[in-house]
Amino acid sequence: MDYFIELLFAGLTRGSIYALIALGYTMVYGIIGLINFAHGEIYMIGAFTSFIVATVLSIYGFPLLAIVVIAGVAAAVWSSAYGFTVEKLAYRPLRKAPRLAPLISAIGMSIFLQNYVLLAQTSDFLPFPELIPEFAFMEPVAHIVGSSDMVILVTTTLVMIGLTCLIKFTKIGKAMRATAQDKTMAVLVGVNVDRVISATFVIGSALAAIGGLLIASHIGQINFYIGFLAGIKAFTAAVLGGIGSIPGAVLGSLVLGLTESFATGYISSDYEDVFAFSLLVLILIFKPTGLLGKAEIQKV
Amino acid sequence: MFPVKELKRSALIALWFAFLTFPIMVIKVDPIERVVQYRWDNMFFIAFGSFVISILAKVYVIRKERRAVSKKETAATEPFAQRIIREPRFLYPLVLGCFIFGISFPFLFSTYQTNIMTTALMYVVLGLGLNIVVGVAGLLDLGYVAFYAVGAYSYALLNLNFDLGFWVVLPIGGLMAAFLGVILGFPVLRLRGDYLAIVTLGFGEIIRLVLENWNAFSQGPSGIANIPRPGFFGMDMTFAGGITYIYYLVLLLVVLTIFVVNRLQNSRLGRAWLALREDEIACQAMGIDKTKTKLVAFSLGAFWAGFVGVIFAAKTTFVNPASFTFLESAIILSIVVLGGMGSIVGVIIGALILILLPEYLRALSEYRMLAFGAILVVMMVFKPDGIISNVRRSYHIRKQGLSEGESHE
Repeated sequence: MDYFIELLFAGLTRGSIYALIALGYTMVYGIIGLINFAHGEIYMIGAFTSFIVATVLSIYGFPLLAIVVIAGVAAAVWSSAYGFTVEKLAYRPLRKAPRLAPLISAIGMSIFLQNYVLLAQTSDFLPFPELIPEFAFMEPVAHIVGSSDMVILVTTTLVMIGLTCLIKFTKIGKAMRATAQDKTMAVLVGVNVDRVISATFVIGSALAAIGGLLIASHIGQINFYIGFLAGIKAFTAAVLGGIGSIPGAVLGSLVLGLTESFATGYISSDYEDVFAFSLLVLILIFKPTGLLGKAEIQKV
Repeated sequence: MFPVKELKRSALIALWFAFLTFPIMVIKVDPIERVVQYRWDNMFFIAFGSFVISILAKVYVIRKERRAVSKKETAATEPFAQRIIREPRFLYPLVLGCFIFGISFPFLFSTYQTNIMTTALMYVVLGLGLNIVVGVAGLLDLGYVAFYAVGAYSYALLNLNFDLGFWVVLPIGGLMAAFLGVILGFPVLRLRGDYLAIVTLGFGEIIRLVLENWNAFSQGPSGIANIPRPGFFGMDMTFAGGITYIYYLVLLLVVLTIFVVNRLQNSRLGRAWLALREDEIACQAMGIDKTKTKLVAFSLGAFWAGFVGVIFAAKTTFVNPASFTFLESAIILSIVVLGGMGSIVGVIIGALILILLPEYLRALSEYRMLAFGAILVVMMVFKPDGIISNVRRSYHIRKQGLSEGESHE
């Protein structure tokens, strides 16, 4: 039973990290219908920025709490800046291009960012500083649930609530929903669509950066290549839940995280990634709209 | 000439990029030795570089707009490269020249050069194969390398287990890849463009992961070594002779591929692909079987990849899963995109540029993948048609009266 609960929590932790990345995919897809292939790289840059900032601060002897806060803010700020720039450079000029063009451009951007970090930093795995301490009150259950699992679950839940409030109650959230429903109509009622799209990229990137910081301190090492796999898996989660739907992305991520956790725990860990990819292929073949997505009707 | 407002804008862009790249380009930490290194010179390069590039991009845009205005007056002027291709007077000697150069290459250059050229020619065939799928039929396939892997592994495994020779496996490898293409294509080809891209990417990764983890079948990450080179009626060949031989083999394959692809493009099937790329619904309304047409494109593309895979295994005499990563697919895709989707000459030029350039500019080879990524983005933004865009057969109607009328304005 303990093993089951351990796997359950591991799956939930994994799922909530996927959710943070998947939200960026799903929000961008919901608004401009583009698979933002470079999103995984934005997450990787978030993890790298927080690694750099946290390590520098710890060398200069800052207290742990200050390091966590500053590293988190820095990761969110820079990831958002990258997301914003990528949209402006690689996607905005292609707004009216045929469907394949922005996708190829996104793949190019992803390869570019990966190699940019590889060349500017290193190709080695870097040890990530331990940002989340072992809490004393977690002692009795520590053999099942680690402190960092708990922190990840709590943070993700808070972030989700914050995002929901943002989309439900603020002006920009309303504008985002309007743009997602009908772009032309949104322009007619006075929504600045370009700004909304930029905002979507900024928010999605910031979420991915938080995910990057959490997972990096949970696993304890980072590398320039982590974005690729995480990106694909988060995309799988977004598709599983129904791409374009925000609750769907969260649900899909949790399902994917649990599936992976139980599959590696009870079957085999060699084929961990194969499970995720197979799941992706199966959903797309049998239910391309996902769990909560709406069917898209192609109009002539 | 160049407005001050634009200079200010470029300065702001430079500042933004200096900020953007600050943590990753400037700071470098060593977490074990606990030292921080600041590389301020990088920040200067970034700022200066983005300043210059933003000005150049703006100049390009202004020029393009001006040309668009003046285009109304002069009749449509074709780019130089396309005029050469259109005119048989230039085209035939050019093709002949290339052919003679291709044949005499091993005599003119060293074995090492021949080997590199062989690699480049293999990518030409891969590019032409993917061109059928992506360029002509408009199906974005990001797992193309899986078929390449199938070809390579079918030679390696059939040789290891059943002792089959190169010439026997060559068609088998191609057919295996095509067969896999049909199996994979059948369920996924119903999907829309971008979903298809992701599913093919997933398939590519699954195949690589299976090859990596299924030790009993494929010997895992260590790969299969000592694959024999192709024979020529049991003749003994020196090392250099073997390389020259493979070179001619690949050259022959290139010629064959160009011939087949060229014939295909103007066939009924080729036109069906083009129509499918432009508009699926209209295409179905014209009575084209969508699934069958797509499936043929998919498996034909896979067939060439399988072919080249077998030759790859024979050439390197060693295969392992690391040769078939997603990046390989990305390289082949860059070739097709850079050359011009759907254009045969473009793909050949694209392959030669992208494969030969990093080989000869050793200093650049580190930046090779960075450049590939940038090429994909820049080409899509500025010149989505590629170096040589595909010229569709069309009639030109000269409206002489109109151009005079417009010049009054």
